[in-house]
Amino acid sequence: MSTAAAVEISGIAKAFGALRAVDDLSMTIDRGEMFALVGPDGAGKTTTVRMLCGILKPDRGSASVFGLDVQSGSDEVKGKIGYLSQRFSLYGDLSIDENIEFFSEIHGVRDFHARREELLRFTRLTEFRQRLADRLSGGMRQKLALACTLIHTPDLLILDEPTTGVDPVSRRDFWVILQSLVREGMTIVLTTPYLDEAERCSSVALMNRGRIMESGRPAELRTKVDGEVLEIVCKPVRQAFHLLRSSESFTSVQAFGDRVNVVVRRSADDRPRVEEILRNGKIAIQDIRVVRPTLENLFISLMSRSEVSS
Amino acid sequence: MSSPAIEVTNLTRKFGDFTAVNNISFTVARGDVFGFLGANGAGKSTTIRMLCGLLPATSGSALVGGFDVTLRPDDVKARIGYMSQRFSLYDDMTVAQNIRFFGGVYGLTREALDERMAWVMTMAGLSGRGDTMTRTLAGGFKQRLALGCAVLHQPEIVFLDEPTGGVDPISRRSFWELIGELSAGGTTILVTTHFLDEAEYCNDIILIEAGQLIAGGSPGRLKEEQIRFPILEVSPQDPLAMMEEIRKSDWAVETSVFGTTLHVMVTDEEKGRKEIDSLSRRLGSGAPGVHRIIPSLEDVFLHLLEQKRSGRKGAV
Repeated sequence: MSTAAAVEISGIAKAFGALRAVDDLSMTIDRGEMFALVGPDGAGKTTTVRMLCGILKPDRGSASVFGLDVQSGSDEVKGKIGYLSQRFSLYGDLSIDENIEFFSEIHGVRDFHARREELLRFTRLTEFRQRLADRLSGGMRQKLALACTLIHTPDLLILDEPTTGVDPVSRRDFWVILQSLVREGMTIVLTTPYLDEAERCSSVALMNRGRIMESGRPAELRTKVDGEVLEIVCKPVRQAFHLLRSSESFTSVQAFGDRVNVVVRRSADDRPRVEEILRNGKIAIQDIRVVRPTLENLFISLMSRSEVSS
Repeated sequence: MSSPAIEVTNLTRKFGDFTAVNNISFTVARGDVFGFLGANGAGKSTTIRMLCGLLPATSGSALVGGFDVTLRPDDVKARIGYMSQRFSLYDDMTVAQNIRFFGGVYGLTREALDERMAWVMTMAGLSGRGDTMTRTLAGGFKQRLALGCAVLHQPEIVFLDEPTGGVDPISRRSFWELIGELSAGGTTILVTTHFLDEAEYCNDIILIEAGQLIAGGSPGRLKEEQIRFPILEVSPQDPLAMMEEIRKSDWAVETSVFGTTLHVMVTDEEKGRKEIDSLSRRLGSGAPGVHRIIPSLEDVFLHLLEQKRSGRKGAV
C-alpha cells in the first residue's frame, strides 16, 4: 500500500451560475484523522465533500483519495469511500437486516453476512434487527445509516452533517462509534455547522464563502485567536452587554444567560477598563476570569477580519 | 404584574399506557429566557402543546399569562406566540405576504400591521426585500422572519420549539441576541433545544427525561450543584483504550468521549493528573494534554442522565 495521504485536494473550484460555491480550495488530510470541515450554511461544505466523493465534477482542480484520482470513478476508488449524505435514505418498510442487505447489493458486496453481524454488534442494533426502519428512533436510524455506509469496509468515511437533529445522548454514542472506527485505522471527514463539535475532532478546517480561512489542530487554532477571552458573571447581563458593546473598545462581546464574554487584547491590561465600564453602569460583578478561547471566538474574529479586508 | 408568566403544577399527559409527561411542576418568571431541555422523545413538545392550549392535560394544571390553559384556552392563545422548528412560513409567498398573513391571523389593525411590518423587516435584516420569495432566503433570514411573525402581535409569552435546527453559528448567535432583546423588553421566552451550548443563553433551565423533571436552575447553579468534582479534559492517543482503563479505576467518577478527547470527572485533580500520567505510560503512549475545564451544560446533562440510568438499574 502506498503512503499517499488519505485525502489530497488541490485547487478545486465549483461554481453554480454566478455563485462560487467552492473557490480554489486545497487541503491534505492524513490517514487516521478525524477531520472536521466547519462553517456556516452556504460556506461550500457539502459541495466540497461531493467533489471529494466523485459525485460532483469540479470546474477546476483535482481530488484524490489514497493516491487515487476520484474523477476516474474506478471501482477501486469507489471501494475506498463510504459517504453518508444529509439525505441518506433508508427504506422505511424494510427491516434493519434488509436495509443492510440492500446496500451490500448496491456496493456489490457478495458475502455480507459476517460483515453485517459485525456492524450490528458495533452499532448495538443486533437485538432490533427485525424492526422496520420506519419504527426506529432518530439515533437508531442514524446508526443504521452508518452501518449501511460501512458495509463495503471503506478506508475513508465521509459524513455530511451527521449530528444535525441528533440529541446529546445519541450524539455521544455516535462519537464512541466514530472513535472506534478511527482506532481501526479509518480516516473520517465530517462536516458540521457546530464549532463546539469541530473542537472535538483531531483536525479542523474553518470554511467560509467557498474558501478555507484557517486549518489545523484545535489546540493550535485556539492560539490564533487575537487576544484573550474574559468571562464575567454579572447582573443584569443585558445591561452589561450593552455597556461593553457600545464602548466599542472590544472586538467581540457576547451575552449568555448569566454572564458576558468579552474578547480583549490582553487581560492584564484590559481587565481594569472592563471593570470600570461595568462599575460605572452599576453592574454587580460576581466573578471575572480568563477562559480558554473557543473555535467560535476564532471563527467570529476571522469573519470580521475578512469583512474588513473585503 | 408580578405573577409568574407560566406556572405548571403536577402536569401529566398520558397517551394510552404511555406517560409522555409525568407530574412535572415549574415556574417561569416574566421576562425570563427559559430553557426546556431533554433528549428527543423526552416530552418537551407534548408539554409545549399543553401550554399553548392545543392538547388537554390528563391531570394537573398550567397557568399561562395568568390563565388556566384548560379553562381559558382562548385567553391563553391571545397572549402567546409560537415558532416551531419548521419555521411555519409559507415558502411560496413573499416576505411581505407572510407578514401580512400572520397579521390577519392575529387580527392586527391596518396601522398596527404597517408599523409591525416595518419592525419585523428591520429586525430580520430584510428591509427593502419585502418582495423576495421566502423560499429563496438563507436559513438565518428565514429563522428571523419566522420569529418576527411569531411575535407580530407582541405576545407576552413566546414558545420556541427547536428554533435553531440547521442554522449556522453566526446566524445562531444573532438569533440569540434577538431573543435577549425581546426578553429585555419584557417578553417571556420558553425555548426547547438539544444544543446544550445554546442553553447557556438561558437564565433558567429545566431538564426532563422520560417525561419527568430531573433538574432545574440557572446554568451557573446547575454546574455548581450537579458537578461536585473537577473535570479534566484529556487528549490521549487512543481515547477508547484510555477510557476502558479509567473506567476500572476508583479515582474517576465518570468518563465520556468527546470526539478525540475524554472528559474525566475525578475525585481529586492532583491525583487524577498523576494517575492519567502513569496510565498513559503504561499504555505506551506519550503524555496526553490534560486541562481542568469548567463543566459545560453538556457535561451536566450527561452526568444527570447517567445518574438517572444507574439509579434505574439499581431499582430493578
